[in-house]
Amino acid sequence: MKLTRLAATGAALCLLASACSAGSSSTPGASSGGGSAGDDTKLSVGLVAEPASLDFTTTDGAAIPQALLYNVYETLVKVDQQGEVVPSLAKKWTVSDDRKTYTFDLVDNATFSNGQKFTAKDAAFSINRVKKDWTISLKSAMDVVSDAKAVSDTQLEVTLAKPSNNWLYKMTTRVGAMMSESAVDKLATEPVGTGPFTLEKWTRGDSIALKGNDKYWGEKPFFQDVTLKYFKDATALNNALLTSTIDVIGTVQAPESLAQFEGNDKFEVIEGTTNGEVLLSFNNSKAPLNDKRVRQAVRHAIDHKALLETCWAGRGELIGSMVPPTDPWYEDLTGLYPYDKAKAKALLQESGKASTPLRLRIPSLPYAVSCGQVVKSQLEQAGFTVKLDQLEFPAAWLTTVFKDADYDMSIISHVEPRDIGAIFGDPKYYTRYDNKDVQSALAAADEAPEDQQVELMKKAARTVSEDAAGDFLFLLPNLIVAEKGITGLPKNAISESFDLTGLKRS
Amino acid sequence: MLLRILQRTGVLLASLLASSVLVFAFMAVLPGDPARVALGVNASDEAVAELRTQFGLDRPLIEQYLSWVGGLLRFDLGESYVSRAAIGPQIADRLQVSLWLVVTAMVIALVVAVPFGTVMAVRHRHVSGLLLSALSQVGVAIPAFLAGILLITVFAVKLGWLPANGWTPPNQDPVQFVRQLILPALSLAIVQAAVLTRYVRSSVLDVQREDYIRTARAKGRSSMAALRHHGLRNAGVPVVTVLALQLATLLIGAVVVERVFVIPGLGSLLLDAVSNRDLIMVQDVVMILVIAVLFVNFLVDLLYVAIDPRLRAGAR
Repeated sequence: MKLTRLAATGAALCLLASACSAGSSSTPGASSGGGSAGDDTKLSVGLVAEPASLDFTTTDGAAIPQALLYNVYETLVKVDQQGEVVPSLAKKWTVSDDRKTYTFDLVDNATFSNGQKFTAKDAAFSINRVKKDWTISLKSAMDVVSDAKAVSDTQLEVTLAKPSNNWLYKMTTRVGAMMSESAVDKLATEPVGTGPFTLEKWTRGDSIALKGNDKYWGEKPFFQDVTLKYFKDATALNNALLTSTIDVIGTVQAPESLAQFEGNDKFEVIEGTTNGEVLLSFNNSKAPLNDKRVRQAVRHAIDHKALLETCWAGRGELIGSMVPPTDPWYEDLTGLYPYDKAKAKALLQESGKASTPLRLRIPSLPYAVSCGQVVKSQLEQAGFTVKLDQLEFPAAWLTTVFKDADYDMSIISHVEPRDIGAIFGDPKYYTRYDNKDVQSALAAADEAPEDQQVELMKKAARTVSEDAAGDFLFLLPNLIVAEKGITGLPKNAISESFDLTGLKRS
Repeated sequence: MLLRILQRTGVLLASLLASSVLVFAFMAVLPGDPARVALGVNASDEAVAELRTQFGLDRPLIEQYLSWVGGLLRFDLGESYVSRAAIGPQIADRLQVSLWLVVTAMVIALVVAVPFGTVMAVRHRHVSGLLLSALSQVGVAIPAFLAGILLITVFAVKLGWLPANGWTPPNQDPVQFVRQLILPALSLAIVQAAVLTRYVRSSVLDVQREDYIRTARAKGRSSMAALRHHGLRNAGVPVVTVLALQLATLLIGAVVVERVFVIPGLGSLLLDAVSNRDLIMVQDVVMILVIAVLFVNFLVDLLYVAIDPRLRAGAR
């Protein structure tokens, strides 16, 4: 009896001792305190989707570049709040007359966080590596590159197979991240970049701690100690800000809860635009949506203003095409398909497909669940028969809707910048939209001289909208709540990055 | 004696084997492709197929099962499809967090349940007993996460006494660790205490009817004293059973409380893994849980012998 008791107590103490580090699993080794409000150069930002790994070359998901791009990794060029391509690691660049060769002059004082100097060789390595070693499909942005080579330590020459207006823009996204040849073996846990921050600690399931890089070549950011905390629950996120556990909510998930912050002097609410078009996607290759009249009827049957008010608290902008207002070829096409229930009914009757049920298969995401019901009831009022079901996101939705196209309509936000080509220019994409006019306009826009690009892209966007290849429910708003005094937060979320470099506390 | 040990071990191994087959089969038939989830919305079919080969998902199911079980026997839990990091350390870490949360909650629950349950049993015909009984009904009905949200709103947001959410490892900042543990443990404890109270009450009521209590009372002890000296230990047996079962289920069952309080526990790990079709992670966590349940039952068996003298070897 005594022995059992002794053994039990001993075991318990051992367990206790080992459990004292519970919850601290981290990569790499340095320990830190989670940043929180109070200390001047410490900042804590609340976000919602945690990165699965730190390697965006093999793992997809917006969460990884959101945390690492421009903060830990830098690119040769960045995109500013106006959507213009501006210098970053490349001081300036020239384009050859045939527009196939880009010559970049790089900064000479940049170093990677492991001490190695950044040279044109690293830039060439990074660009060439995309085609060879990256596995995410966004790597196709570099397919047009035939070769990248270092002319000198600070001069890089990139040759394209054909002129491409999109290529330089894509270099501002994650595919343009500059990596060191000696540090690509542990990308999933130890990112090494030239940026103003380094990864201090990643506590999986909880937070990413970034520390100021004291070897940074450019202007050091104000905040030297930034913690990105991940919350799955919207209420927990709000409570964290209210109790000063975090200083900023980077992405508001529940817009109806903003009222409590707007009336409060301690906080500031920032509302702008994103690249996230919430698309009511159509399966264009299957009946009944292969009939243009049915598609047009759907678009006329939806009262977008009422929908936005109901399901996303009126936050967000109405768009008439797959182009957000921050793109150079944006035009307001909301007038193409105004809300007209009578017209919708007439078109539907004309097509003869009124009795065919439409399967609206939505992912289990907040905006989709919210808006799916509204879409269904609005369509039913115009005479449609709609069957609504919810698919688990990501696994079930990706297989059923995305891969097998076993759906008629779905609702999903496409967040990549300038994605109209990927979504409506590829007949194999889940939208199954095959319009040769659109495809040729997109191809022409890419190859054409820069001054023609805008007109050609406008033509492509207009054709997609007129042809009712999908319905554009609204543009997801960029909603940020911050403690008063924190400046530099982006009004519009234009890039893939949550750029911490310009943030200051006044 | 030897035979009993062998029997026990045999049952244990059979349980483990059956569980492993079941969880593997479930994950195999569940629609959804880990490679596609990893590569995301923009994936091409070729990339997905290549990743599936890399993951070994195109091998026959039997081979995948044997490879996984073989790894388990070597204590190699494999790599996560989602993060490509080793699974073992992740589970170990999350398990420790969950253990802190759940054990603290159960201790609080026990400390509340034993006295209250006993009082309820002894006074079960009085108003006080009935009132407590009604209170415990309410406690059983409240979902733990609702209790959590209420506690956060009152104590964290309005009063600001305690943090609203988060987790700090005990060796990093013990004070903050304790402060962050209080509300989530209480949320779980409220429900568990209510449940345990009812078990204590019914178990004590049963013991009160036993002959030896009557004898003790006949010999001059008061009701409470008789119970305390002779009955309480025997009443402990069913309570310990329930305690063990609840503890084992709470390891995963606390997932909603983990979400509300942003605690990186085992339940969240499992939920995320299922959502991402991180098959090996799910299988490993379930097996760990099966082992935990079996282990807890084994401990409970030992405790029975310690608590109830009638169950000791050599007792008549």
